Amino acid sequence: MKNKTSCLPQEAGARPSRCPDNSAFKQQRLPAWKPQLTIATVLSSFFLTGAFCLSVGICLILSANSIREFQINYSDKCSECSKLRENTSNWNKECHCSVNFTLKEDMLGDVFMYYGLQNFYQNHRRYVISRSDAQLLGQNVNIEKSYCAPFTTYQNGTPMAPCGAIANSMFNDTIDLFYNLNSSVVQVPLLKTGNSWWTDKNVKFRNPKSDNLSSAFAGTARPPYWQKPVYLLDEEDERNNGYVNDDFIIWMRVSAFATFRNLYRRVERVKQFVNGLPAGNYTFHISYNFPVTKFKGRKHVILSTVVWSGGSNPFLGIAYVVTGTAATLMGFVITAIHLKLRKKKTYFQK
Amino acid sequence: MERCAARRAPEEERRVRANAREYNEKFQYASNCIKTSKYNIVTFLPVNLFEQFQEVANTYFLFLLILQLIPQISSLSWFTTIVPLVLVLTITAVKDATDDYFRHKSDNQVNNRQSQVLIGGVLRQEQWMNVRVGDIIKLENNQFVAADLLLLSSSEPHGLCYIETSELDGETNMKVRQAIPVTSELGDTGKLAGFDGEVICEPPNNKLDKFGGTLYWKENKYPLSNQNMLLRGCVLRNTEWCFGLVVFAGPDTKLMQNSGRTKFKRTSIDRLMNTLVLWIFGFLVCMGVILAIGNAIWEHEVGVCFQIYLPWDEGVHSAFFSGFLSFWSYIIILNTVVPISLYVSMGSVTLTPSVEVIRLGHSYFINWDKKMYCAKRRTPAEARTTTLNEELGQVEYIFSDKTGTLTQNIMVFSKCSVNGHSYGDVQDVLGPKAELGERPEPVDFSFNPLADPRFQFWDPSLLEAVKLGDPHVHEFFRLLSLCHTVMSEERSQGELFYKAQSPDEGALVAAARNFGFVFRSRTPKTITVQELGRAVTYQLLAILDFNNIRKRMSVIVRSPEGKIRLYCKGADTILLERLHPLNQDLSNITTDHLNEYAGEGLRTLVLAYKDLEESYYEDWAERLRRAGSAPEAREDRLARLYDELLGATAIEDKLQQGVPETIAILTLANIKIWVLTGDKQETAVNIGYSCKMLTDDMTEVFVVTGHTVLEVREELRKAREKMMDASHSTANGFSYQEKLSSSKLTSVLEAIAGEYALVINGHSLAHALEADMEVEFLETACACKAVICCRVTPLQKAQVVELVKKYKKAVTLAIGDGANDVSMIKTAHIGVGISGQEGIQAVLASDYSFSQFKFLQRLLLVHGRWSYLRMCKFLCYFFYKNFAFTMVHFWFGFFCGFSAQTVYDQYFITLYNIVYTSLPVLAMGVFDQDVPEQRSMEYPKLYEPGQLNLLFNKREFFICIAQGIYTSVLMFFIPYGVFADATRDDGAQLADYQSFAVTVATSLVIVVSVQIGLDTGFWTAINHFFIWGSLAAYFAILFAMHSDGLFQMFPNQFRFVGNAQNTLAQPTVWLTIALTTVVCIMPVVAFRFLKLDLKPELSDTVRYTQLVRKKQKTQHRCMRRVGRAGSRRSGYAFSHQEGFGELIMSGKNMRLSSLALAGFAARPSAGWIETLRKKKGSDAGSPDKALKV
Repeated sequence: MKNKTSCLPQEAGARPSRCPDNSAFKQQRLPAWKPQLTIATVLSSFFLTGAFCLSVGICLILSANSIREFQINYSDKCSECSKLRENTSNWNKECHCSVNFTLKEDMLGDVFMYYGLQNFYQNHRRYVISRSDAQLLGQNVNIEKSYCAPFTTYQNGTPMAPCGAIANSMFNDTIDLFYNLNSSVVQVPLLKTGNSWWTDKNVKFRNPKSDNLSSAFAGTARPPYWQKPVYLLDEEDERNNGYVNDDFIIWMRVSAFATFRNLYRRVERVKQFVNGLPAGNYTFHISYNFPVTKFKGRKHVILSTVVWSGGSNPFLGIAYVVTGTAATLMGFVITAIHLKLRKKKTYFQK
Repeated sequence: MERCAARRAPEEERRVRANAREYNEKFQYASNCIKTSKYNIVTFLPVNLFEQFQEVANTYFLFLLILQLIPQISSLSWFTTIVPLVLVLTITAVKDATDDYFRHKSDNQVNNRQSQVLIGGVLRQEQWMNVRVGDIIKLENNQFVAADLLLLSSSEPHGLCYIETSELDGETNMKVRQAIPVTSELGDTGKLAGFDGEVICEPPNNKLDKFGGTLYWKENKYPLSNQNMLLRGCVLRNTEWCFGLVVFAGPDTKLMQNSGRTKFKRTSIDRLMNTLVLWIFGFLVCMGVILAIGNAIWEHEVGVCFQIYLPWDEGVHSAFFSGFLSFWSYIIILNTVVPISLYVSMGSVTLTPSVEVIRLGHSYFINWDKKMYCAKRRTPAEARTTTLNEELGQVEYIFSDKTGTLTQNIMVFSKCSVNGHSYGDVQDVLGPKAELGERPEPVDFSFNPLADPRFQFWDPSLLEAVKLGDPHVHEFFRLLSLCHTVMSEERSQGELFYKAQSPDEGALVAAARNFGFVFRSRTPKTITVQELGRAVTYQLLAILDFNNIRKRMSVIVRSPEGKIRLYCKGADTILLERLHPLNQDLSNITTDHLNEYAGEGLRTLVLAYKDLEESYYEDWAERLRRAGSAPEAREDRLARLYDELLGATAIEDKLQQGVPETIAILTLANIKIWVLTGDKQETAVNIGYSCKMLTDDMTEVFVVTGHTVLEVREELRKAREKMMDASHSTANGFSYQEKLSSSKLTSVLEAIAGEYALVINGHSLAHALEADMEVEFLETACACKAVICCRVTPLQKAQVVELVKKYKKAVTLAIGDGANDVSMIKTAHIGVGISGQEGIQAVLASDYSFSQFKFLQRLLLVHGRWSYLRMCKFLCYFFYKNFAFTMVHFWFGFFCGFSAQTVYDQYFITLYNIVYTSLPVLAMGVFDQDVPEQRSMEYPKLYEPGQLNLLFNKREFFICIAQGIYTSVLMFFIPYGVFADATRDDGAQLADYQSFAVTVATSLVIVVSVQIGLDTGFWTAINHFFIWGSLAAYFAILFAMHSDGLFQMFPNQFRFVGNAQNTLAQPTVWLTIALTTVVCIMPVVAFRFLKLDLKPELSDTVRYTQLVRKKQKTQHRCMRRVGRAGSRRSGYAFSHQEGFGELIMSGKNMRLSSLALAGFAARPSAGWIETLRKKKGSDAGSPDKALKV
């Protein structure tokens, strides 16, 4: 342009030149991509996004349709037990109840059994931090320094193992499933291991090193709400006992919201259950230990199958369909507005 | 530096006795030790920390940190706050320490300089810091002056010595100082040791050019002036040695008294930010209160029942108290909405992350700009302040000095009038041919061996008059060769060099030299002149130099014949008043000539002389001696003398390159240019025409020259009335529309149709600036397109700037080059110094400096515009991303019992602002460009959004915030919807807290990255690297933080072990992230596109045409080539300065501007100015429409 000031060659004289370098960076002339919203890019992006979202949404909804889920709220069905549990002094009294139900259709494939809790604030700040991961890793640490309070030690100074509010409040109902086949009752075989994340089971939780578990936890006491100490969580399976107990690990992975479901058991696919749960009459035998009525909570037991996108939750599919529709509509609206405007433009120019 | 004494109470008068340390110690004057450093090793840490914690922001950080240490409140780990705090504190401390180290070093170096002090009659080497007031010290050539000295004697005759004052005032020419005669004989140490004079003088002050005092010695009084003083910081030149008496030492010296702190300027965005930060703070407190109430209710309703599993903390006994604690907890986790890191940078010069880096980057781009480098003066542009860049994009008023800024300040002796005859006109003879550059041969000065070959003069008749021996002409040149303060240097025989204090004077002496009156050399008492080959030595009796009040300078000389004559040159207004009334005719003719010269834009001086009687002189000299003892008053008393007219000189003040084009473009960019000059009205108006500020298209040029308040008020009122009438008669819808569209209008006057200009005189301005009239004046002036204030003092310049600043919410820029512009430069929002010929005082006071006025258009239209754009985009995005990030916590609060549980991992919170999102926005803030630089010159209207503050204001801020909140809502509720009751594909629980945290964090990082991608309009390799790099860094850090190794080392710190690989392996999670991104971004794209399509900004249009043009490349290239060829030819023509100068001079009976315009139009390239002007005319009504391409 007109005021181009070039650095004259005589600059390279005795004094060092103060002329700035003529580099693309310093002169702000770096090559650059200058994207711009044009009608073509905008419309193609809207229609492509719309098509993508619609197809994903339809896929999700279709696959979710094949999911079979059965849910039963047993906090009311076992009202006597729940009344019993309202009084903490009855903590060691056993209470059992049964819930009968009928599956009208076969549940094919892997069937998972969940317990669900409502109104249980696992995501409360004081609750979330109330644990000692070092202790759960089997390290011999001073849990006094952790955030476990007030579930750290008993008054006599015996440390709790595991410490903290999360561990203390562990879900401790026992639920068994029975299949009523022609008046004979078959217990559905349930797997209690392999339900947790591999990293949790193998990295995050570890028992203290010792010859046997009970000696490893010597000098510690169970949390106040527990009926049995941690080394008796699963007496049958050494690899599922103590801190590495799957039920315990799953409980310790706190949920994001106050309503949640945790995987409890998987149906072992043997004998008549090799294809899943056949239709018919079933009974849950529940050993009712976990009080929920005090905080107006609800307890569920849930049976469900899964697909590639997980369990049944229609939200994602619907959201995708809605988004896809909206994007496509928006594309049409933009086209309409643009066409209308272009007419106006030419009018103005003339 | 404990030896440096502490400050004492201010003194009234200073008494110093030479060679009497005990006597002087009574007064406890400061020693010559200086201390500019702030800390020493012991005090550094406490003092520095104390200073840093005086910053609001740092204290705020500290407060948050303390809150976090309270376990009941702590909702975040302490390190999320301490990491940035320590970072800021450390970086600042390191910066302070380095600065102070260098100050220590320079203090030490200065304090330990050696000087020779006369102690007990012997010269001893002493360090500077041991020099005391009252000591006599010896200086040698090229040494720095150690303290403010009274010059006693020197190696040169008559006690003369030469000094260079560049460190003091930036002027590189040499100055003369002289000892008073009585002491100049004290040449050796013996005599000096016996000197016991006492100086009584003014207390320490910072006036560099004034000193008043008296020397009492041997029962005599001798007046002392600045002429006898050597100030600290000067360098002794061309003088073998000299002795001086220390009068002021160390901190009392004028140099140190002048080293004041410069005022910290803030930009309008800074001020807006301060308000916004307060609002956000209020918003934060509101959110805290809402959540705290929520917490109290929740704890009361739900938490109480939940106590079996989660008992309340110790000490918490009521839901109310829990709510109170939760308020503070939420303040901690929500504090990221308060852009405190921004605030830090606003409040002080503390180094801070983002804004400061961006501003620094912009400053470097200014420094590096090759197109603002002046090869001739070897000076690149310099951003001396790094904090004002974006304000360069918002300037509405430019206040320009004329001399040296619009003009080159290269003075050429152009015309003269001697005894009623005017010399120097060539146009009359040659006519229009001169315009084409065919000049006559310049006058041949070969008869004179001492002539300066660079001097050119075109009128041979003047030389003929000299050769014919016209006594008036001889006297005229004699005066020019005698009456000046130029120093000569004769390096070899006949090779003369002049060192002049002002270029005018240099031009005049050079003219006399070429016409045969060669000033050869001077001593304090004589001047030797080679008059037409004959050396004549005049005895110099007195020099009365120029000053602001006298506006003239005189010398009194005694010729070899013994006649005493007073020669005087000075401003016409002053001199013509004092002339002998008998010469009225000559006076009238000369006045005519003067008007003619001034009409051509020339600078004029009137010359006069007077023969003095011997007795009269004696009488006067006696009065001088007496007057001299009263330091303040005497300069005025010498002013009452009168003179006889000899003639007048006219010096051409050359216009700088590219000034008219620059002014035309800046005017098109809606910037109002006011010229404030000390020059006379005619000169100023003519420069105004020649640089296109005033044009013949203008409806009227109002001239305000009233002498009284009433006159001025009346003239202003008439001007306003005329403008109002015109606007009513030509009333069209546009003026009202304009009024409605611009929110800045304060009065109806601004909606005026037609172009007006205002010229106001210094004395009228004095009235106009009075409190009761200033608003009237401002309204009138602002309604005019151009304003010229002439004959203004430096103080008035500052007052005018202050006035506009006070009543108009507009950004002002002052540009100037001289010491008289310093006040104006300091007052304006932005001060620009022209690093020119008048020293560097203006540059030192300025925020930006470069060497040519024309660079101003590039500074404003390119750099300023970009800076503003980038800063606004940066701020918008910054608020957006922080709100999107933080507000998720707010929504989560409703689902976690208002317990102040964070949504994200604490490391994510710590690193989000520092690592994951900082660099892409920084790259955008530094490199973004909307339109290429050439376009912003082609379409000056592109500058308007900055002036109207459209890109970042409260409205834009709320839009950003709204977008951030919208994003945060989706960011929370979409994963919430997906996760509730959902399970993974292997049947396990999906909705655990940690997976939720990772999902939300990942989608947040992706959404804000896509958003910055949308915002970035200029993707350089660096932008690519930062944006993709930030995403990569996020995933790398995520996987590292969730790795087994770290967990095993610190199990309680890295609880998210295994989370990344488990969560991010789920298709559901990725579908959630994709959905969130689409839903967050699509509305933004739609909104932006529709805005672009329906209501495009000018920059969008320009950008779009750019795109179209690229497609039609071939066609366009042909057109461009033609254009370029034209501009090259014109470039040559334009650099040929004389041609343009002739153009101005030829405008005798024609209005100059039209002539100049015709000249421009004749050249192919100049057409663009015309095009611009036409555009301007056509879009006066509808600013947007005309420039749509």
